[in-house]
Amino acid sequence: MDQTGIVLISHSTKIVEGIKDLIRQVNSDVPIELAGGTDDGDIGTSIEKIQAAIDNAHSPKGVLLIFDIGSAKMNAEMAVEMSEYDQIEIADVPIVEGAYVAAVESGMGKSVAEITETLKKNFG
Amino acid sequence: MELQPREIKQWLLQANQLFQENKDYLTSLDQAIGDGDHGINMARGFQEVKNKIEPTEYTNVSDVLKDTAMTLMSKVGGASGPLFGTAFLKLSTSLKGADNADFQHFAEGISAAGEGLKQRGKAEQGEKTMIDVWLPMAEFLKSQNEFSGDEIESKAKSAMEATKDMSAKKGRAAYLGDRSVGHLDPGSVSSYYLFSTLAEIVKKGV
Repeated sequence: MDQTGIVLISHSTKIVEGIKDLIRQVNSDVPIELAGGTDDGDIGTSIEKIQAAIDNAHSPKGVLLIFDIGSAKMNAEMAVEMSEYDQIEIADVPIVEGAYVAAVESGMGKSVAEITETLKKNFG
Repeated sequence: MELQPREIKQWLLQANQLFQENKDYLTSLDQAIGDGDHGINMARGFQEVKNKIEPTEYTNVSDVLKDTAMTLMSKVGGASGPLFGTAFLKLSTSLKGADNADFQHFAEGISAAGEGLKQRGKAEQGEKTMIDVWLPMAEFLKSQNEFSGDEIESKAKSAMEATKDMSAKKGRAAYLGDRSVGHLDPGSVSSYYLFSTLAEIVKKGV
């Protein structure tokens, strides 16, 4: 079964790794790709890392991007603008709780549009 | 007067020099109201711009600016990457199709850059961001018919200095609110460096 991919974008590699560990407790197979830190692994974000994560996480059900603060959002928006995919969304939600809900939904076979809807309901 | 690819290249290389020289100063400004990485990020980004454009032969201005934009987007790391990247990308797009940049197209390009920055950063004028230099500069250029080095320099400087008394509403400094008053906005200082080096190039070319 295809599942919506999830891309976690944070200034810190540790933040996204930690969130992935947390999610793997409830779901072992939803595609989760990480874009944490700069190209050198320092604090910051990298558009190239985000683009690579989108390519790896993408499925026919789509791909959802969740970010932490500041430049992560701007780089996510730019990556989406440059991307070839139609089914691609950015969710403006708290990164830990949002990713958790998104993973559960994706595991149930929901599309990226459906997951985005659920996140809006849960997080306003 | 028109700016040729060679002059646009010179502009960016001179800007890089300023970013290297003022790395610590920019960082100290950012430590006061932000996360303290602005100087390092700008110096790293523009060093990469230099590495990219210096050995390349360009036949039109748009390509120099596009390479600059793409490099800043991928190499800076902080919010300055997508922001300055967007500004140069919009400028590049506005100048597409001509070898050199005439004044009118360049002025339109700075306007497009200002609009692009507003969209990318979801910010308005007066919120203590780099927009507070780019938009007044766009406004000023629109009212002119020709490049004038002295005026570009003084407009950029007064716009940059005006950010000191503003209270930050965007970016990391927004967490400080009124405590950000009394400090220059680092992104505006970097933007001032870009326009002051542009002014120098213009003065040389006249």
